[in-house]
Amino acid sequence: MSTEFVVLAVLMGAVTYPSRALPLLAPGIERLPAPVLTYLRLVGPAVLAAIGAVNVLVVGPGGRIGFHVGIEAAAVVACLVLTLWRGSLLLGLAVAVVAVAVARALGVA
Amino acid sequence: MRQDLPALTQLQQSRRRLIVDGIGIGLSAAAFGLVYGLAAQRAGLSPIEAVAMSVIVFAGAAQFAAIGYILGGLAWPVILVLTALLNARHLLYSAALAPWLRDVPPPRRAVMGHLLTDEAFALSIAHFTRLGRTDERGYWIAAVGATFIPWNLATLAGVLIGSEIPSPERFGLDIVFPAAMVGLAAGLITGRREIVAAIAGAVLGVGVGLLVAPSVGIVAGGVLGPAVGLAVPERAARNEPPG
Repeated sequence: MSTEFVVLAVLMGAVTYPSRALPLLAPGIERLPAPVLTYLRLVGPAVLAAIGAVNVLVVGPGGRIGFHVGIEAAAVVACLVLTLWRGSLLLGLAVAVVAVAVARALGVA
Repeated sequence: MRQDLPALTQLQQSRRRLIVDGIGIGLSAAAFGLVYGLAAQRAGLSPIEAVAMSVIVFAGAAQFAAIGYILGGLAWPVILVLTALLNARHLLYSAALAPWLRDVPPPRRAVMGHLLTDEAFALSIAHFTRLGRTDERGYWIAAVGATFIPWNLATLAGVLIGSEIPSPERFGLDIVFPAAMVGLAAGLITGRREIVAAIAGAVLGVGVGLLVAPSVGIVAGGVLGPAVGLAVPERAARNEPPG
């Protein structure tokens, strides 16, 4: 059984790990100025919203890149509304999945 | 003892929600782990190599991209540079979690770093924000229970029996990841600054993503969105990392 790409995996892990761990391991994080800590608090909503928006509005069906508004965007909005209204992400995800699956099965997406 | 009861109840409630939210994330990770395993098998990776990628790299987008690079015959140094760039967003996650995890012993933080993914970050930061304090066990639930285990078991299944599995897109499962990220972002909103940061992050992410590349758009939204949020005067109370 081939193991050549295990070495590549180790190297890929080695170049990924610093970005994951260095800020976590950096000493004195509690001594950062208040505006920096506030900035870091805002990273969560900003980056998660960016991931969601880019994945449905920029990356289209089949991985095509270009502005795209389809059933996927509507499903994400439905999930967001249900999560805020009912306080249940799982319910929102279930509705989003069913909406997309049904739309694709009917050929409207 | 009695004084601890509300805090205990709050912890249990937040962990329950973390687990329920994690079920959706875990299903998504499992579905795409299967597809990754199949893609790896078709690219000529052995089961050991495919699983090594998932255990050691443990970054879905970078792993899928690596399969494309391998098939395209890219040199390893180029693959490594592209992997580092694609995973640069983890720097933001790590920096945002650092104030919450500062009391965790460094060896455990070092392990936490390896397990830090989009999903682990989203679930754990939402959990800590709900609680207003750190819950180390919550991080392990998010990183290991909801992501690492499903992703790796599904990779193994995918590389061994992947050809029997239909595409997750057929069942709409590809929407779980972006929808979960947006839903979890909503859970982090406790004031006007968070709303503005989220909207700015999404708008800038889409704009830069269209102009440059989706991965660059995500980093741009994550870096610039908070800066826009900081420009808004704070009003509402919020849960911050313990100070």
